[in-house]
Amino acid sequence: MTTREIPDTIETQEQDLTDLIRVAVPERSIRADLRAVSIVWRRELIRFRSDRLRAVTSLVQPVLFLFVLGTGLSRLAGHGLPAGVDFKTFIYPGVLAMSVLFTSIFSAASIVWDREFGFLREMLVAPVRRWSIVIGKCLGGATVATFQGIIFLALAGVAHVPYNPVLLLTLVGELLLLSFTLTAFGVMMAARIKQIQAFMALTQMVVMPLFFLSGALYPLNGLPNWLTVLTRIDPLTYIVDPMRHAVFDHLSVSPLALRTLSPGITWDGWLVPLGLSLAMVAAMGLVLLGVAIAEFRKTE
Amino acid sequence: MTPAISVSELTKKYGEIEAVRGIGFEVAAGETFGFLGPNGAGKSTTIKILCTLADPTSGTARVAGHDVVAERDTVRRNIGLVFQDTTLDNYLTGEQNLRFHADLYGVPKAAFAPRLRQVLEMVGLWDRRGGVVGTYSGGMKRRLEIARGLLHAPRVLFLDEPTVGLDPQTRVSIWEYVNDLKKREDITIFLTTHYMDEAEHCDRIAIIDHGKIVAIDTPEALKASIGKDRVQISTADDEAAIRSMAEVFGIEAATHEGLVTFSVESGEHFVPRLFAEMPIGIRSVNVSRPSLDDVFMSYTGKTIRDAEATVGDRNRMIASRFGRR
Repeated sequence: MTTREIPDTIETQEQDLTDLIRVAVPERSIRADLRAVSIVWRRELIRFRSDRLRAVTSLVQPVLFLFVLGTGLSRLAGHGLPAGVDFKTFIYPGVLAMSVLFTSIFSAASIVWDREFGFLREMLVAPVRRWSIVIGKCLGGATVATFQGIIFLALAGVAHVPYNPVLLLTLVGELLLLSFTLTAFGVMMAARIKQIQAFMALTQMVVMPLFFLSGALYPLNGLPNWLTVLTRIDPLTYIVDPMRHAVFDHLSVSPLALRTLSPGITWDGWLVPLGLSLAMVAAMGLVLLGVAIAEFRKTE
Repeated sequence: MTPAISVSELTKKYGEIEAVRGIGFEVAAGETFGFLGPNGAGKSTTIKILCTLADPTSGTARVAGHDVVAERDTVRRNIGLVFQDTTLDNYLTGEQNLRFHADLYGVPKAAFAPRLRQVLEMVGLWDRRGGVVGTYSGGMKRRLEIARGLLHAPRVLFLDEPTVGLDPQTRVSIWEYVNDLKKREDITIFLTTHYMDEAEHCDRIAIIDHGKIVAIDTPEALKASIGKDRVQISTADDEAAIRSMAEVFGIEAATHEGLVTFSVESGEHFVPRLFAEMPIGIRSVNVSRPSLDDVFMSYTGKTIRDAEATVGDRNRMIASRFGRR
């Protein structure tokens, strides 16, 4: 490690301190920055671990959607559904995406919180590049949100989604991607919004439309034109569809059911490949991250 | 030896508002230097620039021999900071907060444990290191921040209003830690305060008002520069006493807070003469040395409280001009 020695006892201090003045202070290094990424990331995990209440409360909403809305609407939706497919199974991937939606953005909200309580300053004056703080924060938020998603993933059986290892891994990977992009979005907003109330209000305003337009609760084909356009604009669409695709890949349903329920995203009739869908989400996450870093690099 | 801090012709503008208007000073290594002034005088802006949190509009500042703009990271490695508002993570324990800091600053793993113990014992928090910071009292939090600011053995420690918002007893104990620290570590301390009595702990102080330094010297020299002791007497007949002060001694006196008050060069030598020559009966007498309050008053023409009131007015005016953002 390149930092100067720190005296371990008071007796040796005097001598060490005369050295201190002469010691050339090491240059900032890329290693120090990477270490900072991991520290900020770890802090998110420590806080998540000590905040079990948050883990439980953020499960409430997806559980309500899946069981209450899912069960309630299945009687109505049942007539439109191909035989053998439960409405809960259909909405499960979308609700799974939702389970990380709030956690991701609230992780970013902790930046606003940190600003109000000053801790952000402690990070911003440290001798590391700002990008390392921002990346650490985004990775931390993504990890915590994915954990949240994994808890909800445990309920897959209730929605008749099989516990297939390949499926589960695919879903976890997709959750991670989604969480990262969402956290980056939240961090970018948090760079500008200084008050927690304003941040929360904005979150509500953005998150619900994102969710409802994503096709989480209905198939993407046969929609009126205006809604088709809006669903194609919603970035969340491009992650919900691959997730649903993964789930339906592991169900034994008729080709007809597959065509009706998991038709894929089309742009004016052209079927968007899954890889492109995921790549777009990833690219968006990186762009948002870049903007967030630029925002935090500004000095007064 | 290079000065710990050297500032020259520093200015900082926020839009049209000039928070710092061309200040310059040097702080020698090992010195405790106080920046004194009412809220809004430019103290916090200056400290922000010195800590690399804000860029100067013009002028230069060097901390520990490095330029605060060009060599930002090197400056950051060499400074410890204790801010006016707490910057601790309330959800982590005291020890976790310090560990986070050590990792961020790259304190070697082997050095961390002994150094942790040393700084925590210095501020009397070793036994409470496992407690979550959210459960700490205000004084404990400030002490933990001081410990954290020292953890990476900085050469310059910045204390921005280290005792603001604390009760008098805690304020005293914070100063005990700081004075103790000066004895133990070879460190330069730069602090801001608007408590005049606390500035007495400094080797030198600068008085800043409206973004400019109006006086800079040791507290003793500053007090000596305004020279006079203040004498307050209570008499049988104040009117007559003021008249005879002018007739007998040629001193202008006035009543303040029900006492006849006047200034003389050397109060203790004047009192015997006063008793011998004053025709009016004197009930009591009180001689006081000039305080830094008097110094502030004589350099700025107002007490620090008056100054804060006008700054408050000014801020309100600015706020109303810009409207709500």
